Amino acid sequence: MDSTPSRQGREVFRHAGRVRFSRGVLTLFVAAFLVLFTLFVTLPVVSLFLRISPEAFFRSLAEPVVIDALSLSLTTATASTAIVVLFGTPLALVNARHEYPGRALVDTLTDLPIVLPPAVAGIALLMAFGRRGVVGQYLNEFGISIAFTTVAVILAQVFVASPFYIRQARASFEAVDRIYEDAARTLGASPPTVAIRVTIPLAWGGLVSGAILSFARALGEFGATIMFAGNFQGRTRTMPLAIYTTMQGDLDAAISLAIILVMISFVVIAAVKVITRRKF
Amino acid sequence: MLAFRAVRQLRDFVLDLALSVRPGETLVLIGENGAGKSTVLNLISGILTPDEGEITLGDKILFSSEERINVPPESRNIGHLFQSYALFPHMTVAENVAFGLRCRRLPEPEIKRAVAEQLAVMKISELADINVGRLSGGQRQRVALARALVLEPDLLLLDEPLAAVDMRAQSAMRRELRERIRETGIPCIIVTHNLRDAVELGDRLCLIEDGRLFADGRPEEVLGMRENGFIASFVG
Repeated sequence: MDSTPSRQGREVFRHAGRVRFSRGVLTLFVAAFLVLFTLFVTLPVVSLFLRISPEAFFRSLAEPVVIDALSLSLTTATASTAIVVLFGTPLALVNARHEYPGRALVDTLTDLPIVLPPAVAGIALLMAFGRRGVVGQYLNEFGISIAFTTVAVILAQVFVASPFYIRQARASFEAVDRIYEDAARTLGASPPTVAIRVTIPLAWGGLVSGAILSFARALGEFGATIMFAGNFQGRTRTMPLAIYTTMQGDLDAAISLAIILVMISFVVIAAVKVITRRKF
Repeated sequence: MLAFRAVRQLRDFVLDLALSVRPGETLVLIGENGAGKSTVLNLISGILTPDEGEITLGDKILFSSEERINVPPESRNIGHLFQSYALFPHMTVAENVAFGLRCRRLPEPEIKRAVAEQLAVMKISELADINVGRLSGGQRQRVALARALVLEPDLLLLDEPLAAVDMRAQSAMRRELRERIRETGIPCIIVTHNLRDAVELGDRLCLIEDGRLFADGRPEEVLGMRENGFIASFVG
């Protein structure tokens, strides 16, 4: 009689031991997996910093090919982000708030560049805006040619980066409670005033992080740019193109440019994290 | 004087009713959840549009399906307080109260003066620069009321005005609300679940059931209709 509880007790104890053991194995396995994966992502990035001395890094920052690429990239990515925000904000707001025939189609089309390979985007842009393209041939008659110019760089960036902003903007607008918009209307605000003074401020965090993501994507654009805009220093050779070009001769310049892009990426991730965490 | 007659298809039934509010009168709407009380307020302020009907306020036609008139909410000059108060979370108390005046493009000094005056009347001057996220239920109610009253509306719509105010403060707030409504003389429609709201605030009581007007009269008349299931449970 009195031995039964203690045998049960031992059983329970042994069972608990088994659970603890298998949980330990699982933890170890998951930890190893996490470490391996994190290393796989970080090691290549760290290697960039290990392959170049600080002196060589700063020396190549003074090279014209690097300076040109850096300033071209920053100006074109800024311009394309501005265009995306200007056109994308009303589009996202309308699609978030209004039902109209063809809305689903517009949504799908604005998302298309995310899944489209950049090389396809490049040749498609060329077929549209190239010298003999669908639109380009008419522009050409007015003496306007877009392909292989800085404008082409911006167009390629707008094309590939716009979905990042528009998706985020739409989601942020949808997250704004309509009751605030209704209240604003009854207080005397017309629909445009409601958008400017209520909806956009309430969606602000999401809009800014969408714009930052879109800027980062524009900064990294390679495939569509090299096909549609070419690779001319100072005009169309953005940082990714300059990395590709200098890699064959001046590896230090390529690594320096890569390091700058890595640093910008880190700032972007940090900025998005900080901004999206802020809540009213 | 508000005259309201509207038909609108809702999810479960057709809302079809007519009611009116005389100058300076306070009308209280009671009824089950989902009977269409808040919908009536939304139709009057213009957030929702009737399928057909006519809404007039004073000598202004706000909506008429026959004459194809539909004045947008921003031009109706009706104060609408939502159950959740819907204070703008990205603005301070003073900015919330100034919102409607800014939409009317009044000169800045005039806005400042009107806001300060309204905050003083509502006894919330010390909250002017506080973000609305940090207010209590009672304070929110005052800010929402100030935000509507500063515009001197022709009609005031209050949806469960005291529901978010905590129990202990409710009777004081109710007394104060009644005084403010009397002082301003603005006609008023109040939606409520609370018997004391109905008795103490209402000049007239309307019972709405499934989108139709079931009873309309002085509070003691309507509340005397004990044979009605809702009234019986409402009076308790």
